[in-house]
Amino acid sequence: MSKDDALCGEFFMNGDTACAEGAISAGCRFFAGYPITPATEVAERMSERLPQVGGVFIQMEDEIASMNAILGASWTGVKAMTATSGPGFSLMMENLGLGVMLETPCVLANIQRAGPSTGLPTLVAQGDIMQARWGAHGHYEIVALVPDSPQEMFDLTITAFNLSEQYRVPVLLMADEAVGHMSEKVVMRRINQKELASRPRPKVVPEEYLPYDSREGLVPPMAVAGGGYRFHVTGLTHDDRGYPVMTAEAQDKLIRRLVDKIRLNAKNIIRLEEIGVDDAEVVVVSYGISARIARYAVQKARDEGIKAGLLRLITVWPFAEDRIRELAPKVKAFIVPEINYGQIVREVERCAAGKAKARLVPHMGGSVHLPETVLEAIREEAK
Amino acid sequence: MTKMLTVDTNPVDCYLRVDRIPHIWCAGCGIGPATGCFLRAIDRAELNPDKVAVVSGIGCSGRVAGYIKLDSFHTTHGRALPFATGLKLGNPELNVVVFSGDGDIVAIGGNHLIHSARRNIDMTVICINNFNYGMTGGQMGPTTPLDARSATSPYGNFEYPFNLPYLVAASGATYVARWTVLHLRELERSIAEALTKPGFSFIEVLGPCPTVYGRRNKLPRGMDEMRSYQERSVIRDGADPKDVELSLNGPIVVGKFVDIERPTLWDCYQQMLDRVTKP
Repeated sequence: MSKDDALCGEFFMNGDTACAEGAISAGCRFFAGYPITPATEVAERMSERLPQVGGVFIQMEDEIASMNAILGASWTGVKAMTATSGPGFSLMMENLGLGVMLETPCVLANIQRAGPSTGLPTLVAQGDIMQARWGAHGHYEIVALVPDSPQEMFDLTITAFNLSEQYRVPVLLMADEAVGHMSEKVVMRRINQKELASRPRPKVVPEEYLPYDSREGLVPPMAVAGGGYRFHVTGLTHDDRGYPVMTAEAQDKLIRRLVDKIRLNAKNIIRLEEIGVDDAEVVVVSYGISARIARYAVQKARDEGIKAGLLRLITVWPFAEDRIRELAPKVKAFIVPEINYGQIVREVERCAAGKAKARLVPHMGGSVHLPETVLEAIREEAK
Repeated sequence: MTKMLTVDTNPVDCYLRVDRIPHIWCAGCGIGPATGCFLRAIDRAELNPDKVAVVSGIGCSGRVAGYIKLDSFHTTHGRALPFATGLKLGNPELNVVVFSGDGDIVAIGGNHLIHSARRNIDMTVICINNFNYGMTGGQMGPTTPLDARSATSPYGNFEYPFNLPYLVAASGATYVARWTVLHLRELERSIAEALTKPGFSFIEVLGPCPTVYGRRNKLPRGMDEMRSYQERSVIRDGADPKDVELSLNGPIVVGKFVDIERPTLWDCYQQMLDRVTKP
């Protein structure tokens, strides 16, 4: 295997492994992590693969250190990632916020298990969706993708790196134990360099460089450490020079830009899969492993003559607000199966704004919904 | 009549963000003199400043990165070391320096300290020890001497402090020294040595904090604590780190305690890569 070799071809592998291979294909050459079920296989694969391609794998002393190490590595110009699950995700939150504040591209995979606390370490849940949105303190926007298969663990890891580079924001891959541990066919195509995004680079000489120059757009050019730019960055509220400024005005300018660079680009970031939505009276809104069950239930409902559709959220954050608003006057109900006691359903309800019912089909975690449960909900709402 | 000595520039101005001066540190604080030693040590060690990266955490000493005109990172509380680990492993050509305080590096970041020393990652840690949390108003911490008074030990500290050189030496650091900001020449020389020494180098720098530590402990002015350093310091290069424990009024053993050779993390990683890439 040559130094830059990403795997190509068809493989039978689990989602965690596919995630690691997606990262290699995306050009990730730094991984810092800490063992945790059910995400450990990502680290194990990276520990095997990164040395083969000249990258760095390091197992840190905890998840706090892992998150910081990938931020540091990213500032040397390397594409960096970590992978964890609930308890580790909680430990990463403060420095996820640092990543947002320093505008540091990186990818964080959370292979969700049931919580709170230690919960069900080996069993599936989707309970961290709101934590992904709001887990770090302060107001910010984040990008979170949800794969529904090992194939998407591969594909969306590449997408995650691209979005993080493009918008200079940590991107979350919110997988779950079921998708992480299931083994399926994964087609790994050769990724053309042109398909890979890179963070904007400074075009000016070091003397003129401003680390948070927002004059030419919402995403400022990013220098690398050791490149002669002698820049300063801080987790404090800062101005274009990267210098701390402790005023409401500086806070206003900075937070608006950090939020707007995602919010105003939401259309370009959001990815959805729709099946039979256009004429649907009942739309199932789901994501990840739950969407696979929903897909089956929607097909069964169609077989029974019910106009059912599936709106699969590939991007949970930013949320597909416009699409829900557009559909709300046309449908009777949205049905939201998710493996928690009601998270994304709140967003759906907010955007439906009373024009359509938003019905939660909850599952507390530990296994997945029965398709019949979702089908029964579709039948009831179609009446 | 005394005449004011004025100078237009300082030789280390080129390494300072002079547009950020005046700094936030109190009169009599020890962080400024230690920062000066570090900046002079860059030249003394003949480093390429473009390849020096400084990482700080949070607190008074955590503000050092913000005043230094090099690639400089002001990170979160306690996390300068793992951030610096990413920088060093991302680009091994960088000379990575962590400059932060005792509360930051030893309390909240203590786990990262021992693990960084264990790995023997090639970086230099300059740890200002002012015996308390200055920025938040002078609370006790893991370096506060037994019986010292602080905002959260108003009747005297009842916890034993860490002996930092002993801790980091036991954890695997290959260069360990302690100085006070009274020992400017020794400190500068020591930092320069540490900067060029491969492996994990740790320098504890005792610095006065008159505003919130000194005034509670009968050292109300910066000069009082400097005088106490002068009276209590004993230079003992090569002293066994287990014998250099600090106390409220006892001797302050300073010097270079550890200077040994051990392959760095990167050396070991390269050896592993050789095994992977050679058939």
